[in-house]
Amino acid sequence: MRLSPGPQRRGPEQDLPRGAASTWLRVHGRLLASGFRRGAAYRGAALGGLVANVTFGFLKVSVLTAAVAAGGGELGGYDEAAIIAYAWLSQALLGSVNLFGRTDLADRIKDGSVAVDLLRPLDVQTATTAQEVGRALFQLLPRGLPIIVLGVLVGGMRLPTDPATLALGLLSALLAVLLSFLLVYLVAATGFWTVETRGVQVLYMIVSGFLAGLFVPVTLFPQWLYALALATPFPSLLQVPIDVISGRVDGAAALGVVGVQVAWVAAVFAVGHLMTRAGRRRLEVQGG
Amino acid sequence: MTTASSASGTTAIEVAGLTRRFRVRSRGFARKEVTAVDGLTLTVGAGESVGYIGANGAGKSTTIKMLAGILVPSAGTVRTCGLEPVRQRRELARRLGVVFGQRSQLWWDLPLAESYRILAAVHSLSPQRERERTAELVERLELGEFLATPVRQLSLGQRMRGEVAAALLHSPALLVLDEPTIGLDVLSKQRLREFLLAERAAHGTTLLLTTHDMGDVSRLCERVLLVDRGRLAYDGSLAGLSKTVGARRVLVVDLAAPAPDLLGVPHAEHLGSEGGGLRQRLAFDDAATTAAAVLSAVSERVEVRDLSVEEPDVEDVVRRIYAAGGR
Amino acid sequence: MADPALRGGRTGWWRPYRAVLASRVRAQTSYRGSFALDLASSVLIGLVELAEIWVLYRSVDALGGLDLAAVLLVFGIADTAFSTADLFVGHVDTLPRYLRAGTLDVFYLRPQPLLAQLVTSEISVRRVTRIGVGLTALVVGLAVNDIAWSPLVVAFLVVVLVASTLTFAGLFVAAAGVQFFLVDASEMTNAVVYGGRYAATQPASVWGKPLVALFGFAVPIAFTAYLPVVALLGLPGAEWLPSWLGWLAPLAAVWTWAVALLAWRTGVRHYQGGGG
Repeated sequence: MRLSPGPQRRGPEQDLPRGAASTWLRVHGRLLASGFRRGAAYRGAALGGLVANVTFGFLKVSVLTAAVAAGGGELGGYDEAAIIAYAWLSQALLGSVNLFGRTDLADRIKDGSVAVDLLRPLDVQTATTAQEVGRALFQLLPRGLPIIVLGVLVGGMRLPTDPATLALGLLSALLAVLLSFLLVYLVAATGFWTVETRGVQVLYMIVSGFLAGLFVPVTLFPQWLYALALATPFPSLLQVPIDVISGRVDGAAALGVVGVQVAWVAAVFAVGHLMTRAGRRRLEVQGG
Repeated sequence: MTTASSASGTTAIEVAGLTRRFRVRSRGFARKEVTAVDGLTLTVGAGESVGYIGANGAGKSTTIKMLAGILVPSAGTVRTCGLEPVRQRRELARRLGVVFGQRSQLWWDLPLAESYRILAAVHSLSPQRERERTAELVERLELGEFLATPVRQLSLGQRMRGEVAAALLHSPALLVLDEPTIGLDVLSKQRLREFLLAERAAHGTTLLLTTHDMGDVSRLCERVLLVDRGRLAYDGSLAGLSKTVGARRVLVVDLAAPAPDLLGVPHAEHLGSEGGGLRQRLAFDDAATTAAAVLSAVSERVEVRDLSVEEPDVEDVVRRIYAAGGR
Repeated sequence: MADPALRGGRTGWWRPYRAVLASRVRAQTSYRGSFALDLASSVLIGLVELAEIWVLYRSVDALGGLDLAAVLLVFGIADTAFSTADLFVGHVDTLPRYLRAGTLDVFYLRPQPLLAQLVTSEISVRRVTRIGVGLTALVVGLAVNDIAWSPLVVAFLVVVLVASTLTFAGLFVAAAGVQFFLVDASEMTNAVVYGGRYAATQPASVWGKPLVALFGFAVPIAFTAYLPVVALLGLPGAEWLPSWLGWLAPLAAVWTWAVALLAWRTGVRHYQGGGG
């Protein structure tokens, strides 16, 4: 994978001497690749996930297209073609965007083995995120792509063929995956202060899916709920990449929403970085 | 129930031509057939104590699963406690106890005592019977001090004693133990062996155990069944097995100063030396001598700093039996 | 030794099951903080699913012939039935873990039927609040719809709730039977079980052909809530399913359990044959 998420370069390693940046990229590239390979180990689960996504895809398409028809051919800015694309693309991204809030790191913080991670010359936040993103990107092969192909072949989905739109769509999807794991890192990092992070995790699971637009597009929300959703990073996890990939939002507007994604990535990364620093200090105080 | 229990009065296990084949995936989609148990025929009388030994993959676990009704034989017949295991599994469950070394019958998040309360209900023990039997097992297995501890917090030795009590709570006529002492320290092993001997003496329970530890066999079993690649390779006493191959233990001595090889110690064979003669290994036959006698003979010649006795390993015995049999 | 005279006493066929379940309930409720969290999150998840319906119906008056009041009734019946089944039987989807850990072998050593042991090996008390969400939706749904109350209607509702709960319970068991073959892919059966749950809250009249085949007939999800509501409210229903089919909810339960027991039996045979 040749993915070097731009915003991460603004990390704390910025102040390292020249050459350190390329080392940083190489190390994190390796972590990403090793996560990707680990993803390949769970083939049975990936197949099961594909079946689940396809089943839900059909169910969503039928109820959402019925809703568009009942709404006179348009619903919250979606016509029939757009809503079909919405249903399939949300299922395609579901295997890679973490809306469940669970990571291995939460367990490592809980049982204290994160202390070992903190001793390594690697930043815990960037290193775990690189690995998790790698694993999630693998899921695009057995789950994401087949669902898109199926959606086009039997689900009646049409996608734009213009390379610039597709490239921007791919970038937006990658940003969504990255953002989800940066958010889930925050969930795990609360473990530095609380014994049990399951409450935060469950809350993330419930809130993130709803506000990301997993059930219905966020644009259908009543005004106050819509405003609330837009004040969170969650629409950038599903609604934004889906709109950009399907071409429903294009041109300058598309660049704008991807810019919002980038801003969320930077902000969430910064919060995670501060939490890691504070958490490390807290562990050192406790350990000393 | 009454007629069947009288039928099981004479034989605990009756197996004839028992065969079990598995289809395993070899490469890709190709499948090949593996015979785990191959025409096994044997009988274990009620009240016997039998060691069922063999190398890894010799078919021991498969046999136990067929005895318990978990696996269906590919060919041949099994009767356990006079019953057909698969067809009469639920009836058999009242007369059979099994301790799997690797899988627990206890509820890991509950105190040990609560597991026994549930198992007493599972086996429909009367309140009086439940009280008596639990008290007996708790006392003889020394479970009292951790009876209120959740199972997940028990040490391996404590848990294994707890497992044995769980398998015996309903007073089965036949107790099968699959590697009961694996991973236990010397003291825990010893306690468990003594308990099993006492349980057998008190209730006449038939014992069948698989093990890698010849110490288990020599202290617990009057009869040994040796399986090799699913077939019965030896059936007889341990003494007979020792006579064939010599089930020898090994005395390892660390010396104060390097010494020449300790040859000519009575009833002992020098196996080898390390560190220029600082550590020496001597094999001896339990039937002919004792560890103490060998040690005193050695001590007359050199100064011993430290020592240990290695129990004979089943794998080693099996290897030598095959060698002796010219296989 | 196994003396029959010493058994019995406090008997009753349910005693073994009651002993396990009572201790499971105690174990689950003993971690109060954790248990309270589970109770709360069950409510929240239920509310979010209701919110999805509400958001959709803000923009449209009716979907597939059902207005918001009618769909609330569908949701209430489906969610109450599914959550009740989930409480008692849902944990059977842990079978792959039991198979890997060898726990199923331990069930063989106890004198009760395997399936009965598996079903009673756990109970998910935390789902009670989710049943509460379903029941609330059901009660509100019954109040806001124009229903000509009669003893027959009450009996119909009771029968439908029992039958739908049994249908979902059968679905869980059927999925467990299949998992003897698909130890690594329990998500595959989850697609049908949880897809079925989601489908049950939808107006089935909007489904396309593949969904009608899957959730209309093979897995009779349409019979759990949609068809009974159509029959109860006297709605036109879907063209492929006349509304009187709503009376056949018990038949759907029988059909599901026939499939479930067959799947379970086949799975156990496969396991005993050593394919597990």
